[in-house]
Amino acid sequence: MPAHAYVPEINALLCGLFVLSAFGMVIVRQVAACLSLFIVQSALLAASAFLLGSDPFSWHLFAVGCVTVISKPILIPWVLRRLVPREVYAVREISQALDAPAALLLALGLALVGVSLGARLAHAEPLQAPQNVVVGFASLLVGALVLAVRREAVPQVLGILAMENAAFLAGIAIAPDFPLIAELAIAFDVPLLAFIVAVLTRAVYRRVGSTAVAELTMLREHTP
Amino acid sequence: MILFAAVAAPIVAALWCALPRSERAAPYVVASALTASLGLAMWIAAQTLARGSVVAIADWVRVDAFSALILLGIATVTCSAAWYSVGYIAHLRPTPRRLRVYYANFALFVASMLAIAVCVEPGLAWIAVELTTLLSVLLVSFTDTREALEAAWKYMIITLLGATVAVLGVLVLFWAQHAAGGAPFTYAGLAHDAPHMNPTLVAAAFGLLLIGFGAKIGLFPMHTWLPDAHSQAPAPVCAMLSGVETTAVFYVLLRLLALFQAVPRLHADSWFAAFGAASLIAAALLIVQTHDLKRLFAFSTVEHMGIIALAASLGTFSGNLGVVWQILAHAITKSVCFYAAGIVTLVAGTTEFAKLRGLQQRIPLAGSVLLAASLAIAGAPPFAVFLSELAIVIAAVSAGKVWIACVVVLFVGIAFAGTIAKIGGVLFGRERSDVHANDAPPLCTAVCVAAAVPILVLGLWIPTGLGMLIARAASVMAAP
Repeated sequence: MPAHAYVPEINALLCGLFVLSAFGMVIVRQVAACLSLFIVQSALLAASAFLLGSDPFSWHLFAVGCVTVISKPILIPWVLRRLVPREVYAVREISQALDAPAALLLALGLALVGVSLGARLAHAEPLQAPQNVVVGFASLLVGALVLAVRREAVPQVLGILAMENAAFLAGIAIAPDFPLIAELAIAFDVPLLAFIVAVLTRAVYRRVGSTAVAELTMLREHTP
Repeated sequence: MILFAAVAAPIVAALWCALPRSERAAPYVVASALTASLGLAMWIAAQTLARGSVVAIADWVRVDAFSALILLGIATVTCSAAWYSVGYIAHLRPTPRRLRVYYANFALFVASMLAIAVCVEPGLAWIAVELTTLLSVLLVSFTDTREALEAAWKYMIITLLGATVAVLGVLVLFWAQHAAGGAPFTYAGLAHDAPHMNPTLVAAAFGLLLIGFGAKIGLFPMHTWLPDAHSQAPAPVCAMLSGVETTAVFYVLLRLLALFQAVPRLHADSWFAAFGAASLIAAALLIVQTHDLKRLFAFSTVEHMGIIALAASLGTFSGNLGVVWQILAHAITKSVCFYAAGIVTLVAGTTEFAKLRGLQQRIPLAGSVLLAASLAIAGAPPFAVFLSELAIVIAAVSAGKVWIACVVVLFVGIAFAGTIAKIGGVLFGRERSDVHANDAPPLCTAVCVAAAVPILVLGLWIPTGLGMLIARAASVMAAP
């Protein structure tokens, strides 16, 4: 158990803000705001990793925190802003599959399901930070909703990256000594993902004239 | 060292492709590197037969009979796909830069698949699986049409969604084993610690991994990216995606199956059987109603993943033998199907059945291969897939699971009828005059014919070494 009582309290606060940022990504209507919320969420993930890694000390969690700070709040937004056309980030409404109140209600329902699943797992074995598992599962499902309701390319991918943040938020609590996977994944996979997404989004924009990927519906089984 | 060399050969070729003005040599450099990888994979397979396993880094990078067989399958298909690409991609006349990007991506994609086979630590295997998606997205969108971009986007989103779910499964699995203490976090270590692991955590990991990797494998209902990606990607890319990428990811699940089977009340076998039967049934019905040649072969991949899942659910040695044999037979046969479909695309400019008639007269050699490969993949004797499916049916009856045998026989029969009726329409009858016709690149036809030889040979005769490797792989599957 941690020697300092403030560690679990601050970590609980970080987790609360983390799940709020996931809700924010469901309802904000601008691509730029969605990206900003992702940056905030990634910073919260890094902060939780540093906090849990400080007491008791874990260099694995410090490494996760360091690569998260470099790759997610800095590198990914830089790649996305540099390669995706500027017009995409211009202030404009995003057309969504669901309106904001309906999406928020659905997000609440999914979060409850996630909390229930996460709580069941969190009590299966003793943990230093069970709230990370509960919030991780809730945010994973809310992130999947971001992916489902968004029609634009960048917010859809931010939904996947938010899911990955949620998985690693749970991961730093349940597998703090996991050799290499989190560090390698965040350091190499995630920036590569951002690069590939940006290149593909650019190609979609050039070919289709927008990045509304939900409107790409030419491929389906059809009657000749 | 030899394991690193097999994976490094395509990486070196990719670095070559990154050099300016390398576009002329790039196709041959990549094809030669993958030929070298195939030679190394054969050497590794021989070594595993002689010594049981080849170890590069204990508990991290190691190959046994099962992984050697997967490595061999990947190396065989990717080598033929590289040589086929030389003719196919040149025919599409890409810009020099696009050509270099294609071959660099191609080689890195192959390296990521080979890495799946050599990694025994599930976390590393997951990273390799995620890399296969990231490195193949731009191959799917290579033609840069609106349809190809749509297919690539759908492929990327669905498979990355799956990978994100799967990483949580890997983390939960690590937690479960860490709490139980003991063996290293490898396939063998997990199977060793299975009786002491918390069943709730293992059940959660199983669910997350089945859904996560299931999306990449193409199990129903997560299969929707497959027909779109395969209808739009260049034929050699389809051959790799369908022939070996799906089974390379399935391999990771199969390595973990012994762990899941050891956990009481999890009923991993029943889940495998349910997903397998659903995939087989859905694919057979989709094959009957599809209107596109490459989509037909994509649905056929869903069908075969379903058959592999059903065979794995038997949990017996003969069932495992069927799994291993089916993985290999499917890999070599499906790649030839896509090579032949690629020639049809180049010659007729379309893969829609409504626009394809009487192509046998125009492309007699490739047409004959298309017919033979279609018969083979549909399960007709005397080809390799027939033997593996027969082995699975016999294994199901022997295990007392007659319903699995009945489902396989009935729906493979439906898929067979649908496939042959549609391929017959493409090849025979009067040729349509409104379809523009080009000549097939000779190299594509040559690779197509050469790659078809093993389909027939392995249906009639299994070399002793390969037979031993398959039998050992089936044993390793049960007790890693």
